[in-house]
Amino acid sequence: MKAVTWRGVNEVGVEDVPEPKILNDHDIILEVGLSVTCGSDLHLLGGYIPAMRAGDVLGHEFMGTVAEVGRAVTKHKVGDRVVVVSFIGCGKCWYCQQGLWSLCDNGNPNPGITEALWGQSIGGCFGYSHAMGGWAGSHAPYIRVPYADQGAFTIPDGVSNERALFASDAAPTGWTGAHQAGVQAGDVVAVWGAGGVGQMAARAAMVMGAERVVVIDRFDNRLEQVRTHIGAETLDYEEVDVPAELREMTGGRGPDVCIEAVGMEAHHPGPAYLYDQVKQQLRLQTDRPTAVREAIYACRKGGTVFTLGVFGGVVDKFPLGAVMNKALTLRGAQQHGHRYVPQILDLMSRDEVKTEHLATHVMPLDDGPKGYRMFKEKEDGCVRAVFRPGG
Amino acid sequence: MTSSIGNVASVAARAGGSVVRQVRSVIDPSAARPANGGHPASGWLAVTVLREPSEIDTASLPAPLAEYGDRIEVRVRPASDDKGTELAARLRDRPSSGSAAHRLSGKDPQADLRSALRRAKQLIEVGEVLAVDPAPHGKRSATPAGALLETWTKVAPKAGVR
Repeated sequence: MKAVTWRGVNEVGVEDVPEPKILNDHDIILEVGLSVTCGSDLHLLGGYIPAMRAGDVLGHEFMGTVAEVGRAVTKHKVGDRVVVVSFIGCGKCWYCQQGLWSLCDNGNPNPGITEALWGQSIGGCFGYSHAMGGWAGSHAPYIRVPYADQGAFTIPDGVSNERALFASDAAPTGWTGAHQAGVQAGDVVAVWGAGGVGQMAARAAMVMGAERVVVIDRFDNRLEQVRTHIGAETLDYEEVDVPAELREMTGGRGPDVCIEAVGMEAHHPGPAYLYDQVKQQLRLQTDRPTAVREAIYACRKGGTVFTLGVFGGVVDKFPLGAVMNKALTLRGAQQHGHRYVPQILDLMSRDEVKTEHLATHVMPLDDGPKGYRMFKEKEDGCVRAVFRPGG
Repeated sequence: MTSSIGNVASVAARAGGSVVRQVRSVIDPSAARPANGGHPASGWLAVTVLREPSEIDTASLPAPLAEYGDRIEVRVRPASDDKGTELAARLRDRPSSGSAAHRLSGKDPQADLRSALRRAKQLIEVGEVLAVDPAPHGKRSATPAGALLETWTKVAPKAGVR
């Protein structure tokens, strides 16, 4: 079958790969309906997460139809239309039972890599390098889904494929950020990044009762999407001083919750951007924490800063003094999607969460390299390039 | 990204293992410390299994541990705060502990026992040992980075237990 693969740094290919087979009793084989690019894929493409091998199949955000079921699968049958959480959790270990699904003890068959980096390994993720398990990705006609009773969710009638697709990663990641950051009714919440995850974090904060939600970015089309489809306010960081604007909006306090949805390749109009780029390229730091720094400075005393963007290693000039002296709570997580997807699908069925607007460019798998180029360079207002393996 | 920056990133990607070792040494200075290489002096390796202690019969252990027979000692005790049961094992004839560098390069003398503990935990909790290979993939290029990563992924499954 044809698949979109990582061929090398900044090199995406389309090539023949074998079809997946059931290897464990809790597996299903899914016929992929839609599979979408994610901002975190760009870290793989750029070589910032150096655990990809040439030929690895990309993609971790997807939905489709069940084509085959393993002997121990009880929730799904052939023909079911499902969306699959991008993280792989067993549902049986202590972490999964606590709802901390991305921390699953058993979902990453290559625990040694992330254990060496971070002290302990976390769960696995489809199409996200050998550090996260070496799982084949979803930019292909078929994908094997382990622990399918846990990670695959039947899509309600009336929810379109294009909407349900984002219940795989963008929406539950946003929900993870807002919920784990402890957003309360009446809070003012600032979100750095107006991509799919940032937009969903903003929507989640609104659903959780935030009084005011502000999303920060520099791309007009994305900020327009936030205002039109999410209903949150926006700030263009190339036009205004973001911390100053946030202080003015909050009577001098700063936001109660600051959610960073940017990650390790953050951009900034000031000299800090050049500084961080040079240090990252020289490998004196692995990640650019520009947006995290600003979130820490902007956050109100005693507030919460949540890192939802992907970071891999170590950063420089981290304002630990502000974290300590302002009594901030600093948290982060990959998505614990399994606990949020049922609610998200229900909200989608009632039109309270809409995501179709994120799929700005839909194309066949053969256009994989073009799709990633458009997504990375934000050509033609590309917010997400979506692949339709069926053509 | 400009092509020059991309080239720098490419070089860095090839040095992936080196980066991880550098990061590890920054995060955890003990990784560069020779004594015990981050291992407990007792030699016990442990996993926490989400089961009551009464549900784990040391006389009838899952196959990965049972295969060791008398070559290992096994210890079971309740984990704190209802987190399950701590299942620990250690070799009766213990080799000198491998350093963190040995573990990264696949020369950890306790690697097989780590793997056995992890597989035993999966069998108790889930009922199966999760397999990832053969995973579909395209053509593998013969590059130093690919060879390094392949070596690493061969030893990576034998970690996850510290």
